[in-house]
Amino acid sequence: MNIVVCIKQTFDTEAKIVLGANGKIDTAGVKLIMNPYDEYAVEEALRIKEKVGGEVTVVSMGGDRVQETLRTALAMGCDKAVLVSDPALESPDEWVSAEVLAKAVAQIPYEIILTGRIAVDDGSSQVAVRMAEALGIPSVSSVLKLDLQGSKALVTREIDGGTEVIEVPLPAVITAQKGLNEPRYPNMPGIMKAKKKELKMLTLNELGLTGADLGPRASIIRYSLPNPRSAGKKIAGEAADAAKELSRLLREEAKIL
Amino acid sequence: MKFKLEDEHIMMRDMVRSFAEEECAPGAEERDEQESFPMDLWKRCAELGLTGVTFPEEYGGVGADYLSYAITVEELSRVDASLGVTISAHSSLGANPIFKFGTEAQKRKYLAPLATGEKMGALGLTENMAGSDASGTRTTAVRDGDEYVINGSKLFITNGYYADIYIVTAQMDKSKGNRGITAFIMEKGTPGFTFGKKEKKMGIRSSATYELVFEDVRIPAENLLGQEGQGFKVAMVTLDYGRIGIASQALGIAQGAYEQALKYSKERKQFGKTLSEFQVTQFKLADMAIQIEAARLLVYQACYLATEHLPFSKEAAMAKVFAAETANKVTAQAVQILGGYGYTRDYPVERMMRDAKITEIYEGTSEIQRIVVASHILKD
Repeated sequence: MNIVVCIKQTFDTEAKIVLGANGKIDTAGVKLIMNPYDEYAVEEALRIKEKVGGEVTVVSMGGDRVQETLRTALAMGCDKAVLVSDPALESPDEWVSAEVLAKAVAQIPYEIILTGRIAVDDGSSQVAVRMAEALGIPSVSSVLKLDLQGSKALVTREIDGGTEVIEVPLPAVITAQKGLNEPRYPNMPGIMKAKKKELKMLTLNELGLTGADLGPRASIIRYSLPNPRSAGKKIAGEAADAAKELSRLLREEAKIL
Repeated sequence: MKFKLEDEHIMMRDMVRSFAEEECAPGAEERDEQESFPMDLWKRCAELGLTGVTFPEEYGGVGADYLSYAITVEELSRVDASLGVTISAHSSLGANPIFKFGTEAQKRKYLAPLATGEKMGALGLTENMAGSDASGTRTTAVRDGDEYVINGSKLFITNGYYADIYIVTAQMDKSKGNRGITAFIMEKGTPGFTFGKKEKKMGIRSSATYELVFEDVRIPAENLLGQEGQGFKVAMVTLDYGRIGIASQALGIAQGAYEQALKYSKERKQFGKTLSEFQVTQFKLADMAIQIEAARLLVYQACYLATEHLPFSKEAAMAKVFAAETANKVTAQAVQILGGYGYTRDYPVERMMRDAKITEIYEGTSEIQRIVVASHILKD
């Protein structure tokens, strides 16, 4: 089976977010990782490959540093990588990302496309669905269980308060929710082998696109950091009185009772 | 000269660190308390390729360099020095002598399952009368037809009991001193090969340290490692590489303790300020960081030389003595910074301080390392 996984390089989830002088998020010195939801997608792709055979191609877009994350996917066991890297792609919106990824994926034979349900940085959850639309194939989001049955897939997805089971013809885009699987670590032999695997770099030109085709439809006006958490309040006195005071504060000040 | 890790080294470090933090750290305190050997973690190490980092792929290894190996031992030891030495003793002391001195057949039969982690290795060198001075070896080997017959015992053997393959040194001709010493490959389960007492140790308590006992142990002649009389050389070369492992272990212990102290100093408040706001704490933390960085550069330098097949004996000895002493100073300071809490078993720095001490003792004491360094610098 030909499997494509789309991954995004994001900030480490423990990274401290700092806004630079230009008001944008400062990426200098920040550790970058594979978007954790995309790790589930990679793991699921590898499990499918281990079960039914095939080839896993991992696709991403962004600057040179994204190669590190693609190498991680190759070290986990993916076979090939494709990176679309172009100066014109410095700040793509979701539409641009989806168009570019769809073009890149269209060059690769695929029967299923996997990716994370959301990226932990901008959290839009749009790109996978838009990409499916651009490719003219169905998509199922927030998947907890994936069962391939010939030319279709039986998919369990998370919905508010429960799950639903959907049958979808292949090829389809499936986005992974936490719980789909437990991603493996790349092992030592995998890391050594990853160096020798193919990592193809593509420019927009090579995808038949130009920067002019891809003017973002939306632009970010401003970033702001959340307000710092204020210090907690300590209620002194006897337990019974303190409980009374706590209940009053929760009612009148915090307004949560 | 580049002071930068390659991408693959960063990926290895991230991988081993994730494994160490998520799977090894949680039970480290309990394993220390109960002196229990982590057989389950050993199996995970094998799955991740941590049991044969430096050995060629054709012998089941990963085919990576010594820096990859050092990073592996460092990252494991950062959370659990016992697991660090288990991997180090297996790789450097058990498997590496077969790689360096073994015949092709020995490499196929013994190195391959060691590198994949299917089997565990150990080295039986030390005896009650032969510590730093190997010429005191009293275990004997006598050739008898197609076999060697081995009698005697070995002391303080890391991975003892749990290991499947043992490199054992024995005296074949006492009149020749060190030149009578010969190395053999001995399998667990060979009749006459038993285990004596399990040592109760100050630190690295979840690593296994056993006495090996040989009573008319007959091993096939093909299990001779190297030549008859070459055992001292086998041991010395093995220990040169072993120093890289122990230096990396010491480095990891120091790094782990330093991080604990750094974190604590930013949280703990006294006199209305965090400890990290006091200059006295800042100086302590700075000294820790300086020593760790210097130790790391020495270790990485020894790795580079070993990988390039350049002489590295002196540099490995320098790295080992410096990293070991750094681990002892840094862990003691970490306990000091954590104060009363640091002295309790509620925080890992107490264990780290106990674990650090052995790095100044085993695989060549700090005094022996200085002798090695001095012999090199006075030779020229």
